[in-house]
Amino acid sequence: MLEAILSLGGVGFCAALALGFAAQKFAVEVDAREAAILEVLPGANCGACGFPGCGGYARAVASGAVAPELCPPGGPETVARIARIIGVAAIAVDPQVAVVICQGDQQRATEKYRYLGISDCRAAQKLADGPKTCPGGCLGLGTCAAICPFGAITMTDQHLAVIDRDKCVGCRKCVEPCPRQVIKMTPRSVSVHVLCNSHDKGALVRRYCQVGCIACQLCKKAAPEAYVIEDFLARVDYRHAVKPTAGVEVAIDKCPTHCIRDDNPPPAPVPDEKPAPQAA
Amino acid sequence: MKIKRFPGGLHPPEHKSTAARAIEPCSLPDELVIPLAQHIGAPAEPCVVIGDTVAKGQVIAQPRGFVSVPIHASSSGVVTAVEPRLHPMGRPLPAIVIKPDGRDAWPDGLEGGMNPLLVDPLTLPPSRLRDMVRNAGVVGLGGATFPTHVKLSPPGGKKINTLILNGVECEPYLTADHRLMLEEPERILAGIDILRRILGVERVCIGIEENKPDAIAVMRDACAQRDIEVIALKVMYPQGAEKQLIFAVTGRQTPSGGLPMDVGVVVQNVGTAAAVADAIIHGRPLVERIATITGPALVEPKNLRIRIGTSLRHLVAECGGLREEVVKVIMGGPMMGHTQLSLDVPAIRGTSGLLLLDKNAVATRSEGPCIRCARCVSVCPARLLPTTISAYARRDMIAEAERFNALDCIECGCCAYTCPARIPLVQSIRQVKGAILAKRRLS
Repeated sequence: MLEAILSLGGVGFCAALALGFAAQKFAVEVDAREAAILEVLPGANCGACGFPGCGGYARAVASGAVAPELCPPGGPETVARIARIIGVAAIAVDPQVAVVICQGDQQRATEKYRYLGISDCRAAQKLADGPKTCPGGCLGLGTCAAICPFGAITMTDQHLAVIDRDKCVGCRKCVEPCPRQVIKMTPRSVSVHVLCNSHDKGALVRRYCQVGCIACQLCKKAAPEAYVIEDFLARVDYRHAVKPTAGVEVAIDKCPTHCIRDDNPPPAPVPDEKPAPQAA
Repeated sequence: MKIKRFPGGLHPPEHKSTAARAIEPCSLPDELVIPLAQHIGAPAEPCVVIGDTVAKGQVIAQPRGFVSVPIHASSSGVVTAVEPRLHPMGRPLPAIVIKPDGRDAWPDGLEGGMNPLLVDPLTLPPSRLRDMVRNAGVVGLGGATFPTHVKLSPPGGKKINTLILNGVECEPYLTADHRLMLEEPERILAGIDILRRILGVERVCIGIEENKPDAIAVMRDACAQRDIEVIALKVMYPQGAEKQLIFAVTGRQTPSGGLPMDVGVVVQNVGTAAAVADAIIHGRPLVERIATITGPALVEPKNLRIRIGTSLRHLVAECGGLREEVVKVIMGGPMMGHTQLSLDVPAIRGTSGLLLLDKNAVATRSEGPCIRCARCVSVCPARLLPTTISAYARRDMIAEAERFNALDCIECGCCAYTCPARIPLVQSIRQVKGAILAKRRLS
């Protein structure tokens, strides 16, 4: 009995000595701030900062190589906390949210051909520029929804991507993969958007989509400050709209094709008054 | 003797119902739409303006860069527009529109050509012959439309010792090359003599599949006086693909990422050889080609000699119109052809055929899960693992797909054709090939 205790205890003691020595000899110097920063980061490893995961970003910030405001999911509080840890003044960040600027789902927009391939918008876009007649419309095959690390993008039954602004953290991961650039980053302070991405002239848009912007100028007339119309497409002038300018909402009811929508609260469905448009 | 073939591949139903129909001329359409991008490489640059009167065979667009060829008017008439028109690739691309005057006249009243060569072409230096091939706008007529003069200009250090003529025509439905070999073997042989002179090769082989015994017999007869081997090949798709044909004929394996010239071989389609003969002997540019207009939705399938720029609608009308509603229109063969959005698209240099399918011929069954049967693996002629590459492709795992040699895929479609789960393997592999090349360009 005693032998067993002594021998096992001896082995244990030797191992402890060896481990203790190794821990001192091979210690890796860790910046205490790095661990502290990693602690306050959201831990989603989304990659929005451009670094491989939160650990990579924490290391880069601690070394002073990059600024603390590159973490969109964290928002202003995280930036402020990181700034405190590394001892710099926090810069105000304008939180952003992604918006799919298209409402042309299968019911409301026409298609050039029937697509039967893989469920990936990028692959569909390679076949005659995608099945949707509109050159800018959402293809609805769910590439963005599969990429979103926060589950903020869902596909409707009618094959349209919709972003939940409460879940979207503004990481931008969905923006680049979309082959039609139909996802735009917008300031979170604004919830009114022109949901159309077609630069075609009005008469042509009407042929393939019930809810497309026809550049009729009515929104611009109702709220000249809040809207710009470029290349046959209206959009909210986000520079002015960040300030509490009156009028963004005024245009919603004026839009004849119902493509200006307030996202907050989520909009009621577009009234289906017209029959499906004729194929172009 | 064992019949030659390549590893992998399959034998889809042939449907070559037009094999016995002689080549017919096609009537002159009301309008010719001649796209500037009809070949691999830089599109040509127009050198005519609206209102110009052009003769048949006149250059209407000049090449841009080495890998590019000029474009010629395919009939005489007036240029009515230079504007984007719907191209067989599915989007509007710049084209020259000609309203034919009905005379179909070559310049200076020359019959059937431009400047007949008065000397024996085989006495001319190869560089001169190569320039003539280029100036005539000759491209690979098998369907890929790679400029022929580029293939005939192997870089220094690459020794070419074998010329292979591709008379395989392994795509179902198509019979254009078959008819050409039966009806005009002397054009092909004249072209072979010129190609041989340009490349300076000794060994010349013509590969023809066994399902064309008449063509094999005709070509053997025609080659009796010359040192040309006519090789019968086992019927197997995609034997007409360059690397597969080289293996079947010579047993040489083109390395991964390599070109036929790396194993000392140049492959030319029999139609291209005939176009080379026209270019050199008659000074006649590539303004027409032979195409098979066929499919179950068509009243009277035919082999037609078509002018470049003729609309598909005109070709359909030429074959008696449609029997029933057409569900899918494919330019080229059913395995590797391009599906068309509309019949208001011009036939181009690469149009080896036009296939009009009805609802019975088009499968629309949706995709199921992979059952690991490995049929795609056993048919892949490039010896790849299509199911693995496709799985990586669909998860955006680009580096892994690259490691499994996705770039060696020739997009022949055997895997997707044989897949019992109807997985669109080729589409996803093509997608990841694009992603790999985009990544390489960035780095």
